[in-house]
Amino acid sequence: MKRVMTCIECPQGCRLEIEADGRRVLSVAGQKCKRGDKYARQEIEAPMRTLTTSVLTGGLELKMLPVRTSKPIPKEKLFETMAAVKRIVVSSPVKAGAVVATDFLGLGVDLVACRSIDKK
Amino acid sequence: MGGGPAGMAAALAARAAGVQDILLLERDQHLGGILNQCIHPGFGLHHFKEELTGPEYADRFVRLLKEEQGIEVSLRSFVVKLTPGREISYFRPGALEEVRARAVILATGCRERTREMIQIPGSRPAGIYPAGLAQKMVNMEGWIPGREAVIVGSGDIGLIMARRMALEGVKVKGVVEIQKTSRGLVRNVVQCLEDFGIPLYFRHRISRIHGADRVEKVDVVRVDDNLKDIPGSGFEVPCDTVLVSVGLIPENELLEMAGGEIDRAANTPVAAGVNLTSVPGVFACGNACKVYDLVDWVTRDSALAGRMAAEYLEKK
Repeated sequence: MKRVMTCIECPQGCRLEIEADGRRVLSVAGQKCKRGDKYARQEIEAPMRTLTTSVLTGGLELKMLPVRTSKPIPKEKLFETMAAVKRIVVSSPVKAGAVVATDFLGLGVDLVACRSIDKK
Repeated sequence: MGGGPAGMAAALAARAAGVQDILLLERDQHLGGILNQCIHPGFGLHHFKEELTGPEYADRFVRLLKEEQGIEVSLRSFVVKLTPGREISYFRPGALEEVRARAVILATGCRERTREMIQIPGSRPAGIYPAGLAQKMVNMEGWIPGREAVIVGSGDIGLIMARRMALEGVKVKGVVEIQKTSRGLVRNVVQCLEDFGIPLYFRHRISRIHGADRVEKVDVVRVDDNLKDIPGSGFEVPCDTVLVSVGLIPENELLEMAGGEIDRAANTPVAAGVNLTSVPGVFACGNACKVYDLVDWVTRDSALAGRMAAEYLEKK
């Protein structure tokens, strides 16, 4: 089975041609760097995405704190993860890179602050 | 002037090139500019060789500025006047300050084009936002602009907001693009629309917005290659929100005030080369100079503007 997809690893957006047998990738062509091959295999086997969003804060200088997952998570878990993020309120100052929630939803990834935030 | 990616890179590069006394003016209460609301990943692949979110990209420069003694950062400082002799007036809380600079770098970025500029007919109800404003509302203020949205224009901001709103539970009913292709990055069409099953209507336009107090629906029509409506191709989309993502306009009012020549079509400085203006000692960089699609190139070119200003000061 032949599949065509666009690599989303970087702004170049390479057009990938993939030969696959079900979820087993036989060959990948069209990528301008090695990330394309890795992306194609992952995308066929189990698509993963890094989630970025903002969480509410209380008593801090900004109303929202931007956060990201420390690693990509399964694409089908995006909405479930969003629902869980919405229950979080950050109420003490953090530094950029600080972990806001560990092993989020048991996915083996942390939720990480993307900026420093201080008290009001 | 301007503490976004362009101004920060220019200030740091000018300092590294030996400029002694640098004042960085930013109207917001934080440095970082538009990066602060661009919470998605995709920044820094060229400059830092890793993928960062906007706030993370900004944070790297904010840290460098904090360590730098030779750069005075003035926040909540709004420049209201620039003269040909490089006299600057700016407001900061409680004061109107006046300074004279030997060189000025304009890093004032862009503002958004609005619904009025593409002339969508219909009523003027609540619920119509420029996409970048909606981005600030959702990502920084915690306000969701509506429940069912249609997006006009498939530039990167429109695509990024389609995904952002979808993740927040908004039903994004489609992106309407009058051109044959997207102005945005292909990766954004894939990861922002296809991932979420959001339809992208090329060669379509919104022909009317309906609604008394709040947007109720929009009429969408297909157009031919001359952008004329194709009769009988119209359909209605019920929605309460319309996001308009139809391009950016460089902010160059200060340059104009200083007598600088402006290209009326693009609102960019007219000059002999990149980062230059027609006013001696006044430089422009980042989105004020030309609209960029990647912040990495803003950093690269703005650092060059900082070095050009340093060179100008040495020669004088």
